[in-house]
Amino acid sequence: MIEIENVSKRFTLHNQGGASIEVMTGAALSVRPGECVALTGASGAGKSTLMRMIYGNYLAETGRIMVGGLDVARADPREIITLRRETLGYVSQFLRVVPRVPTLDVVAEPLRATGTGVDEARSRAADLLSQLNIPETLWQLSPTTFSGGEQQRVNIARGFAHPYPALLLDEPTASLDAMNREVVLGLIEDAKARGAAIVGIFHDSEARERVADRNVDVTAFTPRRAA
Amino acid sequence: MSPLLSVRDIEKRYGAHIGCTGVSFDLWPGEVLGIVGESGSGKSTLLSCLAGHLAPDRGEVIFDTRTDGPRDTITMSEPERRMLSRTDWAFVHQHARDGLRMGVSAGGNVGERLMAVGARHYGEIRESASDWLGRVEIDEGRIDDRPSTFSGGMQQRLQIARNLVTGPRLVFMDEPTGGLDVSVQARLLDLLRGLVRDMGLSVIIVTHDLAVVRLLADRLMVMKSGRVVETGLTDQVLDDPQHAYTQLLVSSVLQV
Amino acid sequence: MLRERGHFMTETAYNFAYLDEETKRMIRRAILKGLAIPGYQVPFASREMPMPYGWGTGGVQVSAAVMTPEDRFKVIDQGADDTTNAVSIRKFFERTAGVATTTRTEEASLIQTRHRIPEAALAEGQILVYQVPIPEPLRFLEPRESETRKMHALEEYGLMHVKLYEDISRHGHIATAYAYPVRVEGRYVMDPSPIPKFDNPKLSDCPAIQLFGAGREQRIYALPPYTRAASLDFEDYPFEASKAEHPCALCGADDTYLDEVITDDAGGRMFVCSDTDYCETRQKERAA
Repeated sequence: MIEIENVSKRFTLHNQGGASIEVMTGAALSVRPGECVALTGASGAGKSTLMRMIYGNYLAETGRIMVGGLDVARADPREIITLRRETLGYVSQFLRVVPRVPTLDVVAEPLRATGTGVDEARSRAADLLSQLNIPETLWQLSPTTFSGGEQQRVNIARGFAHPYPALLLDEPTASLDAMNREVVLGLIEDAKARGAAIVGIFHDSEARERVADRNVDVTAFTPRRAA
Repeated sequence: MSPLLSVRDIEKRYGAHIGCTGVSFDLWPGEVLGIVGESGSGKSTLLSCLAGHLAPDRGEVIFDTRTDGPRDTITMSEPERRMLSRTDWAFVHQHARDGLRMGVSAGGNVGERLMAVGARHYGEIRESASDWLGRVEIDEGRIDDRPSTFSGGMQQRLQIARNLVTGPRLVFMDEPTGGLDVSVQARLLDLLRGLVRDMGLSVIIVTHDLAVVRLLADRLMVMKSGRVVETGLTDQVLDDPQHAYTQLLVSSVLQV
Repeated sequence: MLRERGHFMTETAYNFAYLDEETKRMIRRAILKGLAIPGYQVPFASREMPMPYGWGTGGVQVSAAVMTPEDRFKVIDQGADDTTNAVSIRKFFERTAGVATTTRTEEASLIQTRHRIPEAALAEGQILVYQVPIPEPLRFLEPRESETRKMHALEEYGLMHVKLYEDISRHGHIATAYAYPVRVEGRYVMDPSPIPKFDNPKLSDCPAIQLFGAGREQRIYALPPYTRAASLDFEDYPFEASKAEHPCALCGADDTYLDEVITDDAGGRMFVCSDTDYCETRQKERAA
């Protein structure tokens, strides 16, 4: 489902004397449907960078990033938009929403975008918010006013609303209490069971051991810095 | 599927000064394209050329018309172009008073485009106007009030209703949230997102506000000195900008 | 040139009908163009006349341009032959053209009018000249002349209905009572000058030539005989040629446009025909 070959990444900082920083080289990864691969490596090794390249958020300098048959490294923006709408989900660590939109609609939006009717989408959203223990009294409020943990759970609900065949999870269990952590791990297991290919970053090693089938240490892709 | 709008090599000069040059892109149905850049970057000149308000010195703006398929709107006759701009196109101005008739009631403002295309049943026109006021979250009880009695945010929403009542497919927006309070901007953005999704609108939005395009645009074009310096997926351009100017632009705003 | 046309000169030493021959030819060209394109506003080089704007300088120039020594001339102001304005213009042409005048609609070959169409049916061979203050029907909503001319050219008339929409939304009916816009032969939208909308049906299919002159705005437009002029309206709010719901207190007519006349300080009032000639004729017939 996700096939990565020979991917490299370099940041060129034009406004800082044109400094060029190579942050990744020769990255490779393969994730089958129903499989969860955890990216590991020290902070700054490039876990998030690789994940962002898979999502098309960062441009890859070389190589191929095949997701559901589309090479994200070469695709047109509109192809990536379609991919993100239908195939590739992403739960980031930060919730970014239009202020004022009720939580229920924030979570329902990925379903609305794929053509699900408003009632059915809201019903699915309500189900996820209940599972994640967001009190119903908050559903009509914008999540921008919520605590960090609540925002994270809204973000997860949103990421799992549509049954994406491929999922990227960036620290999905961070800042969650034991009960909610359990719910999220359950959601990940459900996604695997229905055949989703998952790439995750988990600092929570217990969680990683429970849901990940394999670990890939991205340190292997870190270029050796010239002295 | 074919592009709704194909722009090829547009150039507009003001004497020796370049307004914009070498601009080409395709806009697909349902796509929202943001054009960003600082004042004087040529983004407003470009928008005027695309919307037919300004005649470019060269280039093509090919629109996929409902009846005749792709047509170059620059070489089409003025009556045809004006007909397009009040049926299949819409233009949302930065200042609502440029896009509204301030001496005409809210209902009359919304109804004008219907009457312009031949609606002659008062009751039906009024019903449509009332429905559209509701859709842009203006109390239907205000239908007979003039826009001069509305707040800035309401005026902008009224302008949007007036533009969308004929079900256009392409909407041009020039700094639609400029000059509005932050909370009012948010409400407008939310409304626009909903309308874009529900009506399947294609939008070209010019703004200098990166937060606005982050939330509204699928794709970005960054302009500097009349030229497009970078294009790409909105979040990619904002999070991993490649061109020196884009990097400067992104780093000079607070977290978006 | 003028000396050769000395027979046009009147005893007061004015050229026939005040204007010089070149000016009259220029105005006639505008009139012919107007007749060729019914409802279209033709620009013309309006002259200074020896009367203030607003007193009918446009109508006077059109009348002067079409007047012949054989004409019998009638002037009405809001239907009346005896108001200051009507009397002044009648006298003006008596002195400068020496033409015969009349107050009888049937007898007149040339009628200049301010704000009315006579009640008596007009006939072929007659010319009705309207005084027009504002010729542009779109002016109310679109002040830019460059834009309104384009709107006429491209038949973009949605705005006219916005005006009527506003009327209904504010008053529950189309409250425009005069200068009610018409569409001429399905093409140009035209301001019929401030005649009451009661008169609008008489514009259409009229056997006489109808000419419209706006002096200050320098525009002439025209309706040739038997031209269709449809009053704009909505399907669910059709045009109505309304009038006061009374018969004339003097002649008893119940099908004429009436003026309300205050008769005393106690609020007493009566309704009488605005067309004085028509009313007097009927009174004489009734007395006979």
